[in-house]
Formats: sequence, C-alpha cells, structure tokens
Amino acid sequence: MDPLQWAIDPWGKTVPIHIAWFLIWVAAIAGLLFVIVHAIYVRYFAKPREFEPEAAPVILAKIPEKVPRHSLTARAFHWIMAASMFTLLFTAFLPRVGVQFDWVTYHWIAGTVLTASVIFHIFHASFFLDFWSIWPDRIDVRDARRRILRFMGKPAPPPERFAKYPLENKLYHGAIIVAGLSAIVTGVFMMFRVRTIFFPRNPYLFSDMTWGMMYVLHGLAGVGLIALIMMHVYFGLRPEKRPITKSMIFGWMSRDFYLEEHDPARWPVEAAASPSRSRETKTEGLPDVG
Amino acid sequence: MAVIRDVMPAFELVQPNSIADAQKVLEQQGEDGWVLAGGMDSFDWLKDRIKKPKVVVDLSGVSELKGVRTTADGIEIGAMTTLTEVVEHPVIREKYKLLADSAELVASPQIRNQGTLGGNVSQDARCWYYRAGWPCYRAGGNICYADTPEGRNREHAILQADRCVAVNPSDSAPALIALDAKFVIRTSKSERVVDAEDYFIGPEVDITRLHILKPGDLLTAIRIPSTWAGAKFYFEKIRDRNVWDFPLLNVASAMVVSNGNIDRIRIAVNGAAARPLRLKLVEDAVQGKPPNAATGEMAGKLAVQGAVPLQFNAYKIPLMRNLVKRTIGGVEEAKWTPYNGQ
Repeated sequence: MDPLQWAIDPWGKTVPIHIAWFLIWVAAIAGLLFVIVHAIYVRYFAKPREFEPEAAPVILAKIPEKVPRHSLTARAFHWIMAASMFTLLFTAFLPRVGVQFDWVTYHWIAGTVLTASVIFHIFHASFFLDFWSIWPDRIDVRDARRRILRFMGKPAPPPERFAKYPLENKLYHGAIIVAGLSAIVTGVFMMFRVRTIFFPRNPYLFSDMTWGMMYVLHGLAGVGLIALIMMHVYFGLRPEKRPITKSMIFGWMSRDFYLEEHDPARWPVEAAASPSRSRETKTEGLPDVG
Repeated sequence: MAVIRDVMPAFELVQPNSIADAQKVLEQQGEDGWVLAGGMDSFDWLKDRIKKPKVVVDLSGVSELKGVRTTADGIEIGAMTTLTEVVEHPVIREKYKLLADSAELVASPQIRNQGTLGGNVSQDARCWYYRAGWPCYRAGGNICYADTPEGRNREHAILQADRCVAVNPSDSAPALIALDAKFVIRTSKSERVVDAEDYFIGPEVDITRLHILKPGDLLTAIRIPSTWAGAKFYFEKIRDRNVWDFPLLNVASAMVVSNGNIDRIRIAVNGAAARPLRLKLVEDAVQGKPPNAATGEMAGKLAVQGAVPLQFNAYKIPLMRNLVKRTIGGVEEAKWTPYNGQ
C-alpha cells in the first residue's frame, strides 16, 4: 500500500498528487487506539502522582480562590481556532469518506480564519504574554527523566509540580505547531489553485513536483491533525482535566486545583488579580492536555 | 498520454440479459466494473487506455432496458433505448417533442443509431485535458489545465466552476429537465427515483463524476410525466460544426401560456457548467409575464448573473443570454437559425 498517490504529468514525469486516502483511517484508528490505551492505563494501572513538597505557607496564603489562567482574548482565540479547525477537518475529510457536499468554499474560508487567528496568536503570545511558558525548560526535562525512572520502578526523587503548562502540554503544543503551520503554509499556496477573493488563480506558481509535494504535506498535516485533535478532545473531557478545560471557558481555575498541580514558584500568581482583568503569563494554542 | 489504439484492451466482458444480473455484477465489481451502454463514450476511454476497468458489463442484451412504454402518467423510456428510437417514437414526437428535438441534434445519424438515452445523459466530460489522460482534478489529480491563462478553454464553463471547469456535454439532459423527467436508478439496496436535475452534480459535490451514479448503480429508465405534454417547447443547440458536434451551449424550455401570459415554464441550459442548469430564478421571474421580447430580454440578463468567463469563452455569456431570451420571446427570431425543429 503506497501512502501517496502518483500520476504522470504532461511532461511524462511521475509526480505525487496527494496522500492515499486510507491514511485518514490510519490516523483515526491511531487516535482511537491512543485514547483506549490511555483510558485503560489510567483506570487500572496508573499510580497516584507524587510531587516534591508544596511551597511555603506564606506563599500559599497569597493564592486567590480563583486563579486566573486565560484572558478573554486568549480564550476567544482558542475557540475561534477550534471552530475553524473542526470545520477544516470535516470539510476536508467527510467528502473523502462518502459525504458529498460543496466543501471547497467552506474549507478555504475556515482556513483563512485559522490563518488569521494563528498570526494573531503568534503576535499576541510573542509580545503580550509570557512567550517561554509554553516551551519545555530544564526542569521539565529533569522531571521527565525522574518520572520515567519512577515509572520503571527505579529510585528517583519526585518531580516538582508543573509550571503553567505540564511537559505533555508543551509537547502537544509543539506537535500542533508543526502540523498546523504545515497545513497553513501549504494551504495558503493551494489557495492559488482555487478561486478565492484574495488573489488570481495561478496554478503554475510551482512545478508539478513542488505542487505535488505541497499537496502531500498538506494531506499529511491534515491526517496528523485528525489524531491530534482526537487526543485533545479526549483529554479535554477526562474528569481530572476538566478544571483545565473549564479554565478555557471561564478564564480561571480553582485554588485547590492550582495547588495540587502547579508550583507557585514556577507559575506565580498575583493574589489580588481579578480573573477577567488579569494579565496572563502565557496563553497556548489549545487547552491543556497534560 | 492518450494514444489511440486500434484494438480494445483486455478486460472481462459480461453480457447479462436482465437488470438483476447486471446490477449484481456491477455491485460485485464496484470500481473495477464499467457499464457499457451504446459505447459511444466508453470506447474512447478504453481504446485510449485512460480508463482501465477489469470488467465491462455490456447492457445491450438486457431487453428490460429498451423501449418506450406508455404509463398512467406519461411515458417511461428504457435507459438503453437508442436516440434514434427516441427521435422517431410517435408518442414522444406528439407530446414530448422537446426530447425528440434534442435527441435529433445529438452527433450524427450513425451515432444516434448506436447511442442510448441513458448513455447520453450519463456520458463523461469532453474537456481536452481530461480526455487526454492528464492528471487533472476530474481524473483525481490536483490541477485544472483548462483554467489557466494559456489553457484551451473555449468550450468550458462560465457558471458554477469549482476547480474543474469542464461542462456536461449532453443534449438530451436539458430537455429532460425541462420536461420534469424522473430518473430511475437501481442500487444494491433499492430502487431510487430522482428528479432529472438532481441526477447531475457539479465539481463542488464530486469533482470526478458528472452524475450521482456510484459504482454498482445502474440507470434503468427515465420517466416523463404528462405534466408538460403538448406544451410549447423550444430547443436550440449551438455548435461549431452543425453536422456533428458537441454543444457549445444548448437550451431547452417547456412553456404553458394562458391568457397571453406565461402560466408555467421550465428552462434548462447545458454547456455552461459541469451540470445542466435549471434556471429556476428565471422561471420564477417570467411567470405571469407575457412571452415577448421584453420578458425574454429580462430573462436572458438574469440567466447569466454570476457568470465568470475564462480566457477564451467569454462569448458564452452573450450566447447564453440570447438563447434564454429566445426561449421566451424570440421564437420567431430563432426561425432563421440552423435549428431543425419542424
């Protein structure tokens, strides 16, 4: 089974034209398997988590009951991006599995919304939020090693509580960046091949081989996003993650959850801050999955 | 690329003698199966080695699919009825002459003797690039070679293009839409009856097909209700060579006039988009108005709203506007045209 579909162009060259569509099912099954395996592991095998001792009482006393996590701007970005992402996935893949409808217009409009929201997010996160809070740091790497050793039954000190985002969340964000930006960049060029309001069609912008590679990359990013989004929705619905999901709706998480999961030293919170008006330390592309 | 060969490629030929047997084979073969009606479209594909089915199901031995039958509410035409039979059938000529007129302008007498009504409405696009085997959208690829500044697109779409700009080449399709015909489709699970206009689909729905038939499906008959029997009909086909050619555009209409005003009307145009277009907005706009030049002028302008020409087919916009105009108020004017309607 060839994962790509090939064709012979007018000049006799064999060029890729897009991914083989069975990869849609491969991605969906992979996402589903991950969900099932993780759910079974958490239900039957996972041990209670252990962290290093919590912060000093004097610090804890300053933590408010409602800990601000996502500003209104960040939440709006997240849900606009989610809506456009779902629209993109449904309009891209439903026709491939037999649900026929006029999908192209919806697809490029949703892609335009996604592109605009991501550009905004990059600007917003770079200049108005704590840009580095979503990237793995040394403590993340050290704690990941500790957690792996402890999982394998080997002696290791307990990890510290998380900063604003757990390592898993940061890695997921990285995967979304790779898949999302691949889909966006190739998608913008692919808009030169259809009629849109933005620029005149120019199907000869690239060679057939380059176009083919672009379609392949777009398809691979798309099917990758199927699995990633399935995982994301799954974690968003898990009971122990619901406070994180709720924070993406209401903007704050409870003091108890904050103290249970997060380290005030790594994610300091201002005591007097109002959830709706506080300035975030960082927002992220999608809600936490860690 | 396309190379005409003198001989047919190898495939398994199945010649069923009943609809049930044909449908069973097609269902078993799925995408490997190919329905052969008159062969006027199929043989090009097969000889060019562009379509390579493993099994060809020849329907010529299925007598259930042939002939014109009178029903309680009109007529039923078997999908394998030849175009010549349609043209010459007395009931069709008397009550549904629009269909006879359209079928009579299909290709040449030899082709009408062999080509079928089902094949005429189900034939594939005639875009040069697609027929040449290039990996365009319609062939499953990712480009339209016709919709480029250098592309040869004189025959292509001015309306509802979506990536692919090929048009539906059928002459009988707009006539059947104007007559409010129903298409009977046998699927693996049941029999479906769809309105003629819903039988055809554009690239926005499925870029690789011009109709709703999926692998395993079979068009068995076309029913024409008596609703429009004896109405005032108009059909006109514009083509490069009047002796034998596909339409650049064609138009079909059925109109009932009462008290000097248009009581009911149905208009369809083909060659303008990937599917024959029923001009519902135009129909609504002219209803209740006198069928004169002024109404026709208004209808023509309305018909081409939203048309987007390609590099070499802008002529189709005034052409379509005038054809629609003639269907309503310009019948007298149209008499000088090479249209063969009696």
